Amino acid sequence: MTAPLLTIEHLEVRYGDLIGVSDVSLEVPEGSVVALLGSNGGGKTTTLNAIAGLIPVHAGSIVFGGEEIGGKTAFSIVRKGLALSPEGWRLFVQQSVENNLLLGATPLRNRARVAALLERVYEIFPKLAERRSQRAGTMSGGERQMLAVGRALMSDPKLLMLDEPSLGLAPAVVESMYETFGRLHREGLTILLAEQSIELALEVSDFATVLQVGKSVLSGTAAALADDPQVQKVYLGTG
Amino acid sequence: MSTILVQVIVGGLLLGAVYALFSSGLTLIWGMMNIVNFAHGDFVMLGMYVAFVIWTLFGAGPMLGVPVAALLLATLGIVVYFGLIRSIMKGPMLAQILGTFGLALLLRYAAFWWFGANFLSLPENIVGGTFDIFGIRIQASRLLAGVVALLVTGGLHILLTRTSLGSKMLAVAEDSTAAQLMGIRPDTMQAIAWAIAAGVTGIAGALIATFFYIVPTVGETLGIVAFVTVSLGGFGSVPGALVAGLLIGVIESLSAYWIGAVYKDIVVYSLFLSFLWFRPQGLMGKS
Repeated sequence: MTAPLLTIEHLEVRYGDLIGVSDVSLEVPEGSVVALLGSNGGGKTTTLNAIAGLIPVHAGSIVFGGEEIGGKTAFSIVRKGLALSPEGWRLFVQQSVENNLLLGATPLRNRARVAALLERVYEIFPKLAERRSQRAGTMSGGERQMLAVGRALMSDPKLLMLDEPSLGLAPAVVESMYETFGRLHREGLTILLAEQSIELALEVSDFATVLQVGKSVLSGTAAALADDPQVQKVYLGTG
Repeated sequence: MSTILVQVIVGGLLLGAVYALFSSGLTLIWGMMNIVNFAHGDFVMLGMYVAFVIWTLFGAGPMLGVPVAALLLATLGIVVYFGLIRSIMKGPMLAQILGTFGLALLLRYAAFWWFGANFLSLPENIVGGTFDIFGIRIQASRLLAGVVALLVTGGLHILLTRTSLGSKMLAVAEDSTAAQLMGIRPDTMQAIAWAIAAGVTGIAGALIATFFYIVPTVGETLGIVAFVTVSLGGFGSVPGALVAGLLIGVIESLSAYWIGAVYKDIVVYSLFLSFLWFRPQGLMGKS
């Protein structure tokens, strides 16, 4: 078996004296969707931000494509093919939808591919094509989520990380968003998905890791975890 | 309208365009990283001395003076960014104020040291004589300065709003963390912003030197004009700086014509203060 695309071992992140996550280990095999589960404050966002290079790694290792990336800068990590659609979207609300997407393509070395990638994102999210010249700040929550995912896709990543893509969205919007993730998965994209809702996440995932107060406490195939009573206990805080 | 009044207004617009140009440098730095550069007026002063030195060395006018001033000041902008701004940006507001104010004094007294305190000026006909267009008399130097300043200010606006470099710079200004997720290195964009801001200010200095006195303290006077223009136009807005610069140029000229050159500043600043009473965010700033 080949080595996983992303391997995290005993990751520890601190915010000053506060501990963000204390011991997170997980693997993301190439071509799979891995769910990162856990209740609020479990350390999902901290883990994704540390992988993306937004916050410094205190201890442990993050190996992506055979290379240690822990401690590298965020702008160099995305150039290696690891894109994050961050918590709260972090769109450039003063700029147009299309400019946001084009900014997402900044890490691409082969500029000739930008047009094709833009077409692809517009095909996946036709709403964005309709609104291409509109300012990003004028869009609804669902459209912003589409734009955040589309912008991350514009760098043609090997691994797409999504931070709570269902947060604050209407159920119908969430459903179509998850259909899109399923499609990207079938097309071969590797995805690491942080999600609070277990049912949603396990439906599209191959594997899952559950975080509890900054530690990875359970890992396995999505099918096994879906039937594991331990998962429910962790969520209810009785584990 | 009498011909003389038209002439006064045209003169004001041409001077105002130069005000707009160096003010857009100040507003760009503010918009990119919320730093008020108190040395900005002294960047104009340096641009003026560059034009003067180019004339003394080569006998050349703004054709050579303007590009050389742009290059030298852009280089200075990069040096200032990496040598000073990058470290004081992390500090408190007071460190930023004192840091750039210290830079202003350094540049000003370096100019005293090199050039002395004498008022210098370029020959009056360095660009050409005086035109007569439909009875309006315009100095060639002022016409050239105004037109070039308008073109450069417009070019800066197009760069920011229509190019991918501009989009990246605005992305860093809006959310530098998110910009990093796009593979953009904020340091690079901020250094480019300083190069552009100082470069266009150098251009403005070399242009205004063709009809304005040159002295090490001229940056104080012009620096205040830049601050007033930027606050009137709205902090961070290049179109705002353009409108405000033209407006201040015209008001200055008109009050100099009607009331007297000595009192023109009183009119400009009283109008400015009463305007801020009603619209503190400026013409095109965000409230």
